Amino acid sequence: MTASTSTEPKVPAQRGGSAGAAGGQERVSAFWSLSRAMLLGMKRDRTATFFILLFPLVFLVFFGSVTKGSTSPHAKVAQVGAVKLFDSIQGDERAGLDKVLTITKTDDEAATLEKVRKGDFDALIKQGPDGQVELRYTAADQVRAGALQGILNSVVQEANQRATHQPAAYVLDAQQVEDKSLKPIQFLTPGLLGWAVATGAVFGAALTLVNWRKSKVLRRLRLAPISAGTVVSSRILVSLLTALLQTSVFLVVATSFFGLKLTGNWWLVIPLVACATLAFMSIGLLAGSVAKTEEAANGISQIIVLPMSFLSGSFFPMDGAPGWLQTVSKVMPLHYLVSSAQSVLTRGGGVMDALPTMGGLLLFAAVLTGIAWKLFKWEDA
Amino acid sequence: MTAAISADGIRQRYGDVQAVDGVSFTVEAGEFYGILGPNGAGKTTTMEILEGVRKPDEGRVELLGMAPWPRNPKLLPRIGVQFQASAFFRKLTARETIRTFASFYGVGPKRADAMLERVGLSDKAETLTDQMSGGQAQRLSIACALAHDPELVFLDEPTTGLDPQARRNLWDLLRDINNEGRTVVLTTHYLDEAEVLCDRVSIMDHGKILHTGAPAALIREIDDTVRISVASGQLPVERARELLTAAGADVATLEDDTVSLSVSTRLPAPVLSVLAEQNALRGLEVRGATLEDVFLQLTGREFRA
Repeated sequence: MTASTSTEPKVPAQRGGSAGAAGGQERVSAFWSLSRAMLLGMKRDRTATFFILLFPLVFLVFFGSVTKGSTSPHAKVAQVGAVKLFDSIQGDERAGLDKVLTITKTDDEAATLEKVRKGDFDALIKQGPDGQVELRYTAADQVRAGALQGILNSVVQEANQRATHQPAAYVLDAQQVEDKSLKPIQFLTPGLLGWAVATGAVFGAALTLVNWRKSKVLRRLRLAPISAGTVVSSRILVSLLTALLQTSVFLVVATSFFGLKLTGNWWLVIPLVACATLAFMSIGLLAGSVAKTEEAANGISQIIVLPMSFLSGSFFPMDGAPGWLQTVSKVMPLHYLVSSAQSVLTRGGGVMDALPTMGGLLLFAAVLTGIAWKLFKWEDA
Repeated sequence: MTAAISADGIRQRYGDVQAVDGVSFTVEAGEFYGILGPNGAGKTTTMEILEGVRKPDEGRVELLGMAPWPRNPKLLPRIGVQFQASAFFRKLTARETIRTFASFYGVGPKRADAMLERVGLSDKAETLTDQMSGGQAQRLSIACALAHDPELVFLDEPTTGLDPQARRNLWDLLRDINNEGRTVVLTTHYLDEAEVLCDRVSIMDHGKILHTGAPAALIREIDDTVRISVASGQLPVERARELLTAAGADVATLEDDTVSLSVSTRLPAPVLSVLAEQNALRGLEVRGATLEDVFLQLTGREFRA
């Protein structure tokens, strides 16, 4: 009691009256040092770095390489004997035909038919009676079989029309609305980027929360004179920086190695990713509030992120999915990130394509954060 | 002057377990106060209620004249808390850890580094906290609790799991902290630790404080008990009991833990003569009462950490 006089004067002097200015400064320094602590910890955690950055990149490289340049369905056709119609096509027309068809000439019809059955050739053509051209195809790949019939039909139609010695009355001028170079990488990049950002933000928030609660770091923060706002905002900063790092790495790799072509307003992906990160963090916050152990947090996050990624078209387009599945995907924030990111990155979408999505994502984040706040627990017991 | 801590009738129940059952005490400023008890006695819950981490079901607590619950940002800079498990950020070095925690209190890196030096961890400043030994982690945890120069320090079983050398080093540090005028509250399940460090000790069991006083005074109250022990295996317990009863010795406890045969008694003379007659004096030790005997007398059972 008496000894305390030696140190006590120091104590009030340090914290004294000027709570205003000094208080503000303290909060700023606490914010930065807390953010720095989390960033350093993440940088040194190899597993985290792998799952947040390298793993999605491996997927991009894998899918990017597999689908590189396999866009036009090139068909292999075997021609048995002479077929007058095809033999007569010359010059520019011939070159055009060769772009979509490779015609191999053979004589043995039975052997060739067997090869079509096995899939070595997509189809067989031969001269039928009169002007008939006989086509025997395999339906193993229905899309290709359909395309092949279309091509051959148009060749026959064109020849018929030419035989009438009349100029064509109707001409179809079909052009794709997207950039003509729309390759799989154009939808893979936004899709996989969305998946990567979702993984990073959901797992980051959920695991940090549970880890801090279990290791009692949360209690230490609670016993320090810093506000919940400081803690939350520094965690948001860390998640945003992570997401933006993922975005830049993805865009650089996809444009430099896989021929991704960015359209004019591609930079809109940055605010989009930022808003989506907040939405994903709120999912992670909810998972972390409910989960008691890190294993549980991991499991809950995985159960949410993986189906969400499939349903939102992160790995393949959902256009062919049944209607009810597409409806389910519409409650998921990743769905909106992926479609809007596709729009601004590769389809020339503008601010008006991104703004409604950003608003929706922020609303989603606000609602889920509100629920997480209700369920939040400082302590285990 | 207001007391550093005043607790009045605090109770906390977890389901069927009454963890804290009506605890009241006062700690004066500058005091080194210990809460002693076996695991599960309710020490940690009591600490959590004092720190303001937990709201008691019943009762009232004041630290430095202020209520710790609900969270009071005015009070927080004046108290320092060390945790039973070392609560650090992942993958940070000792220096980064203490600088981060210090920054929450507006304390700069210089003072944080000085605190690291103070607990003898300057040479471990660049070591990641998960690679530190138990003693180093505990010292870092204490340094983090002290970096902002608090008046009131809570230490929850700071020496649990440390080797004897590390414990003694830590005791020196804790004594210094108290000598600087800080009020220190310590929980421990080590009787010797409470005896060596504390000005005043409360003995706690089953959520209740059984007795409070200076360790020396507590021991003096029961100093008529003497504990005699000899190496085990010289005399079977049953035979010893027969002989001691026959000799009219007043035996409080008699037990053989396979290392030594121990007898507590108020009258050592007949016990010693029985042992001498049986030629069972190898490893003889006779000592006065300790806090262990105080605990035994208060609870009617052996102290088990």
